[in-house]
Amino acid sequence: MATVTFENVNKLYGDFQAVKDLNLEIGDGEFMVLVGPSGCGKTTSLRMIAGLEEITSGTLRIGDRVVNDVPPKDRDIAMVFQSYALYPHMSVRENLAFGLKLRKVPKAEIERRVNETAETIQLGKLLDRKPKELSGGQRQRVALGRAIVREPAVFLMDEPLSNLDAKLRVQTRAEIARLHQRLKTTIVYVTHDQVEAMTMGSRIAVMNDGLMQQVGTPQVLYDTPINRFVAGFIGSPSMNFVEVHMEGTGDGARLVGPADWSIPLPSRYREAATPRAGRTLITGFRPEHLDIGEANSSMGSFRARADVVEYLGNEELLHVNAAGQDVVAIVDSSHGVRPGDIVNLVLPLDKLHLFDGESGLTLAPDVAVVA
Amino acid sequence: MTAQTATTLTVATRRRTGPSLTRSRRDQPSLLRQAVLQAVTVLVLLTVLFPIVWVIAISLDPLNRSRPEGLSLIPSNATLEAYGQVISQPTNNPISFLGLAGNSLKIALGTSIISVLIGVSAAYAFARFKFRGREVLMLAILGVLMLPPVATLTPLFVMLNQVQLDLPLVGAFNLRNSLLGVGLAIISGLLPFAIWNLKGYLDTIPRDLEEAAWVDGASYNQTFIKIILPLALPALAVTAFLGFVSGWTEFYFSWMFLNKVEDQTLAMALYAMQGQFASTPWSQFSAFAILFAIPPAIVYFFAQRYITSGLAIGGVKG
Repeated sequence: MATVTFENVNKLYGDFQAVKDLNLEIGDGEFMVLVGPSGCGKTTSLRMIAGLEEITSGTLRIGDRVVNDVPPKDRDIAMVFQSYALYPHMSVRENLAFGLKLRKVPKAEIERRVNETAETIQLGKLLDRKPKELSGGQRQRVALGRAIVREPAVFLMDEPLSNLDAKLRVQTRAEIARLHQRLKTTIVYVTHDQVEAMTMGSRIAVMNDGLMQQVGTPQVLYDTPINRFVAGFIGSPSMNFVEVHMEGTGDGARLVGPADWSIPLPSRYREAATPRAGRTLITGFRPEHLDIGEANSSMGSFRARADVVEYLGNEELLHVNAAGQDVVAIVDSSHGVRPGDIVNLVLPLDKLHLFDGESGLTLAPDVAVVA
Repeated sequence: MTAQTATTLTVATRRRTGPSLTRSRRDQPSLLRQAVLQAVTVLVLLTVLFPIVWVIAISLDPLNRSRPEGLSLIPSNATLEAYGQVISQPTNNPISFLGLAGNSLKIALGTSIISVLIGVSAAYAFARFKFRGREVLMLAILGVLMLPPVATLTPLFVMLNQVQLDLPLVGAFNLRNSLLGVGLAIISGLLPFAIWNLKGYLDTIPRDLEEAAWVDGASYNQTFIKIILPLALPALAVTAFLGFVSGWTEFYFSWMFLNKVEDQTLAMALYAMQGQFASTPWSQFSAFAILFAIPPAIVYFFAQRYITSGLAIGGVKG
């Protein structure tokens, strides 16, 4: 087990900077998820830990050791590839044993560990099959097993679930989480799927354009996103944004948007919003925090016309139009909204987010800004 | 050429019969389509087999005729006498059939193995490493590939002729006038093809596999030997086989370079049988040709599994 530390790490491909000044400390035994859209630098960061990409500048440590120039084989890491990368000419058993044989582990010990791992990943009966004779889910397990059997200091996983169907993905997600609880090995997990990130990570690092945006527990990222990007990326369906500006002062201050959009300014934003009066701000609110009903003093409200209603069983997903803006809301399906209905949506003010129109940074005073 | 055509046929037949077992009835080609396909196949087969049948017939014919009477595989009074004569006294020179075959085998095996070994190392470097002049070198190799072998004959002759070697056990000899020299000349022609062919195949092996091996603890050499080589086996087999056949049937270099009787190869002896002034002993000539063709056929038979898949893959990827 080990920590992984990035200190001012940069990665350039010619003129293109894939990773910009990355600082991140991954704790011993932590399940760290790197998440972000394609091309954000998350996979590059993971490959730098693996030693498959060189570091242009900065320092990377695994444990106390600087590994900038250590080849992959000497880093004591194991990696699960998106493509699984199972050796096609070897049986499952040989795939699992390959790394151990290279490390000259005694035969009896290899045998024991391979069997034990096969049991863990429930592939005992398939040990003598070749990868092409396995289903996608089974291949994924073998890839996982090949990493487990090595008992490395750090597991690296590069979108390991992206080739599985939806049902298997949910199942395997839980299995990996369970595995982490049992082995307590440091895991660095890359995904573009924020649901995976939220459900699996002890902490999540959100990246965009090669820049680290915010690091925190799933709840911190959900409750107090540092900027508009993180706010929009974390949570599903994603947060609604409406351009507004502040009007009035003190207790009477309101966020006024297009058409008749007008919501009281929550008091915690007053200090940051006052100097920005008249300038463009962006308010954000999550679909699941909206409800249909009448507003009271701790709520904002607006009227909207339902365009599309997606029935989800106990809830329904409304795509509504409010003052020319598309807004998504999740409400109790007992409301029985139909397309074309005019509904009054209410929003608890303590769930409202406010961002600067230019920088996109949050105006909330209590957000832990990361290094 | 014959071997290649036969291979294509094997592949085609497998493709047609393989999946049709599991296909439903309506997916099968229509009767007309089947009939046309079968007819074409038979036609191709006849074209390929006809000269072989002819040669077999002549080799068995005791009358030493240059063309068989009618299309009977086994002529009347068929005899294996020609084979016996060829094996006991293939040429007027004091060298046995086995001696000739041994020389051909040395050249064929040597050129095949060395061109594959060097070829796969070079191909791996071209496929995976970025180094200065990579593109130019690759183009240069392609350029050599386009040269007809005869064009390199004179320069190779002059160059190899300048080298006098003195090896322990063997003694002093002129490199040009030796099997080793001929082997080197053949390899110079085979390597560009080997590199080109193997690079094309290595390009299709996913890099992830190498990276997985590195992370698993393999060095670059271990990755090459334990991951890349086994996966490249079909391409290696094809390259080795084509190299073997080239070496086995090679004629120009051996004919021009070799002066010593004990260095003669089968191809040289076969050529020498054609009478320029005297008449050619056709039965013996044919028997010789058949004996000459057997070793590549045997090699092909054993390597068939890899060669067919290798040729099929090479065909798709260009």
